[in-house]
Amino acid sequence: MAAKPLFGRGLRLLSVITAITLLTGFALVFFYAPLDADQGVIQKIFYVHVPLAIVSLCGFVAGGLMAIQQLRTRDRAWDMRSYVAIHLSIVFGVAVLITGSLWAKRSWGHWWVWDEPVLVSYLIVFLLYCCYQPLRFSISDPDRQSRYASVFAIAAGAFVPINFVAVRLAVQHVHPRVLSETGGHLPGKMMLAFYVTLLGVALLFATLWKLELTSKNASEQLRRLRRSFEETPPGELPAEAPEPVGVG
Amino acid sequence: MIPAAWAMLRKDLRIELRTRESAPAMILFSLTVFVLFHFGVRRDEIDGALASGVLWVTVLLAAVLGVNRLFASEREGRALDGILLAPVDRTAVYLAKAAALFLYLVVLEVVAVPAFAILLLGPGLGGALPELPLILLVADVGLAAVGALVAALAAEARARDVVVPLLVLPLYVPLLIAAARATEPLLTPHPGPHGLAKWLGFTGVYDTVFLLVAVAVFDYLLED
Repeated sequence: MAAKPLFGRGLRLLSVITAITLLTGFALVFFYAPLDADQGVIQKIFYVHVPLAIVSLCGFVAGGLMAIQQLRTRDRAWDMRSYVAIHLSIVFGVAVLITGSLWAKRSWGHWWVWDEPVLVSYLIVFLLYCCYQPLRFSISDPDRQSRYASVFAIAAGAFVPINFVAVRLAVQHVHPRVLSETGGHLPGKMMLAFYVTLLGVALLFATLWKLELTSKNASEQLRRLRRSFEETPPGELPAEAPEPVGVG
Repeated sequence: MIPAAWAMLRKDLRIELRTRESAPAMILFSLTVFVLFHFGVRRDEIDGALASGVLWVTVLLAAVLGVNRLFASEREGRALDGILLAPVDRTAVYLAKAAALFLYLVVLEVVAVPAFAILLLGPGLGGALPELPLILLVADVGLAAVGALVAALAAEARARDVVVPLLVLPLYVPLLIAAARATEPLLTPHPGPHGLAKWLGFTGVYDTVFLLVAVAVFDYLLED
């Protein structure tokens, strides 16, 4: 078994690009984009909240697509990718709900508003995906675990758009929404700051995703090394001596 | 595939007729929930959005019971292995289970909806015919399509009783929105504008999407 490189290729470069993009984005948000006339400085949370929401929803759907790939190819690596994507999206989702609540409290006076369709549909999707891990880890057989997790990821991925349509149909539009017409009303400076932060958050997701996969890969290799070491009688070298794994 | 599904469905219905474990439990449960709502909202008669919501939440909760029991007979006797030995398409298993759940739901509603009208509903069911049965049937297809998939998904999980409601109820939310909205004007004494076609159409789309997804992925659940 040839040792795979311990770090995913390009991880370091990707992290640097992510850091630069995010910092540029935040600099634009605070020093370049104008202050919102209505809402003041709290509106800046929009540049974190909306990109996080968009990226995590894309992460959920991407997890579903990777799950399709897993079922088609029977490659456990795709299951791992799908799992990490969904897992990260849940973490981002917590941040989405917290920033959304803060924003709602400041601009509408309530921690939670039921007539904001995007927020409500997001909560439903989030609640559904919260069951992904309990379901996954309550199945002990690894092969079956990856298949069942993939089936869940596909069904839930199909659920995301349907749910958004249903909630949007149900809610009469009361509040003016910043992004409802996909930023059509945003002034150019705000738009630029928004797109840069969106790109930054997307890159952040990609970096964390790669990092998590790398760490899973590393612990898997470590386990394999330890097993081959323990199985070897003392005084002998392991039959297939694993090459030392390179760093960087 | 259809003969195999039909045979499985007949087997399930025969077991249900002999043990009476699913549909009667769902009916009793729904009656209990009506009593709970009576005390919970402290009203003798309800109408409009509240009535529609109470009816549909009760149907959904009762459906969870049915979903939980759907693979019970296979699980208890490890009978699924036997079924999988038969040289038939796995999709037949899904279709049979979904059809069985659909029939349980219809039986449930035949009893629970009139009971709801007697126990809680203010305006009476006269104004809700014939639209309400139609809404119930279209929504039942979706409930059964998603329910059978989740039942199979959770069948192997250790904490099955917890996983099923946590999984199936969020998935049912779009159906609840559409069905409750479609039912609301039917239970109102002086209804306003009626969005029946829109909500029925949405429910139809939901049914179709999840039936297709379930048929596409179900094979992978019953592989070994």
